[in-house]
Amino acid sequence: MISFNQVHKRYPGGYHALKNVSFEIAKGEMVFLTGHSGAGKSTLLKLIAAIERPNLGSVIVNNQNVGVLKERALPYLRRNLGIVFQDHKLLFDRNVFDNVMLPLQICGFDYRESQKRVRAALDKVGLLKREKSNPIALSGGEQQRLCIARAIVNRPIILLADEPTGNLDTDYAHDIMAIFKSFHQVGVTLLISTHDESVLQDTGVRVLALRQGELLS
Amino acid sequence: MRHALAQIIGVMGRMFDSRLAGSLSILVIGIALSLPAGMYVMLQNVQGMVTQLSGTPQISLFLNMDAKADDIDRLHKQLAQHPAIDHAKFVARDEALEQLKQSTGLADVIGGLNQNPLPDAFIVYPKNGEVQGLEELRNELAKLPRVELAQLDSAWAYKLEALLKFGRMAVLILASLLSLALIAITFNTIRLQILTQRDEIEVSKLIGATNGFIRRPFLYFGVIQGLLGGIAAWLIVSLSLLLLNWQLGALTELYASQFTLHPLSPGDSLSLLLFSMYLGWLGAWLSVARHLSRIEPR
Repeated sequence: MISFNQVHKRYPGGYHALKNVSFEIAKGEMVFLTGHSGAGKSTLLKLIAAIERPNLGSVIVNNQNVGVLKERALPYLRRNLGIVFQDHKLLFDRNVFDNVMLPLQICGFDYRESQKRVRAALDKVGLLKREKSNPIALSGGEQQRLCIARAIVNRPIILLADEPTGNLDTDYAHDIMAIFKSFHQVGVTLLISTHDESVLQDTGVRVLALRQGELLS
Repeated sequence: MRHALAQIIGVMGRMFDSRLAGSLSILVIGIALSLPAGMYVMLQNVQGMVTQLSGTPQISLFLNMDAKADDIDRLHKQLAQHPAIDHAKFVARDEALEQLKQSTGLADVIGGLNQNPLPDAFIVYPKNGEVQGLEELRNELAKLPRVELAQLDSAWAYKLEALLKFGRMAVLILASLLSLALIAITFNTIRLQILTQRDEIEVSKLIGATNGFIRRPFLYFGVIQGLLGGIAAWLIVSLSLLLLNWQLGALTELYASQFTLHPLSPGDSLSLLLFSMYLGWLGAWLSVARHLSRIEPR
């Protein structure tokens, strides 16, 4: 489903974020991406969503070579992805419900069906009762869960999460991991980055570890 | 469909949120458009008046006061046989005085005269209406015996027609300049909107919005703002005409005539609205094309 082949990413100014990274993630697999901050986790996720392009090597997502995709094709690639952003990227000019509605609006989904899907997604992350609230009124953990609801409402085949438990206390972090596991059970491919080793202990899932832009085997 | 409607409703909601700034832009657009539109209405009215008054061109021949009945008969035959003349109508001086009394409301003044100051006259209807030929015919008729004065009645209409052409050109130039201003206003409004909605644009791009989807609300905004500006211009022109007609009513009553300015016709009103919508769309499109590509998610 996702495959990196000798990928290099160097930012303008010379910072070498990824060095010769190769790996493969099968369909339906759940993988953790670990490393200290600055190890290149976010860059790796951005390459998958074509927010950044590799300087060398190929990034294949869902049989598409993302590195050379035309600008016009990007929206359709991204509709297959659900992305949980490190900084949430919620919109504070609309309520919780409309934040989750946005991806369906973008895809031109039938309005009635959309409403059902939004409620289902909010229910899944336990925010159904807050649908009329403004996201600014939510706690950090709730904002994170709202971001997850928006990422999954479109039923993506791949879910990318950048530090989803980043600054949450342990209870919240476990809740969120439980939500991810339930997606794994229904066949979604997941790639979750974290610097928090504690969430890995109880899981038997595969871990990709990055150190200074290089993948440790 | 529901999503497009939701986008339009969203745009209107946003317009309502910034209704003060929005009304100002709309007012500026309205005033900018009402200038050429108002001038256009005035020209249309003058044009209508000219065609109403001039009709077919004619030449008036005023005879000497001492012309006798047989002079008149001879002249009438001469005119009737002239190849360039369709027919000629004789207006006796008494008849002319009677007409004058009835049509101008100057009966009191005329009643006070000791004798009729008007001469006998012929009204000559030429076969051909071209200005050059008419001028030659007038000169020829002026030399006929017993003719005091030959006057080409619609010469002023031709001169006015030329003046109207000039006026129409002026309106066109003014309209073009102010259209540019309107495009600039929309361009800038949309630029500010794009800046304030930067987050939304960025997130939308990240979750798979096409450029078309992102562009659309701004284009809707441009079109709606253009439409409202057009309506404002229409109201300004219509209200101004109403006020002018009110004053004109008092004025024309004094001259015992009936003359009112006609408002914008339904067709012209529709053109005005469509044109302002188009300009709004164009300004928005240019702005979006220029500013949207600069917002790329990181």
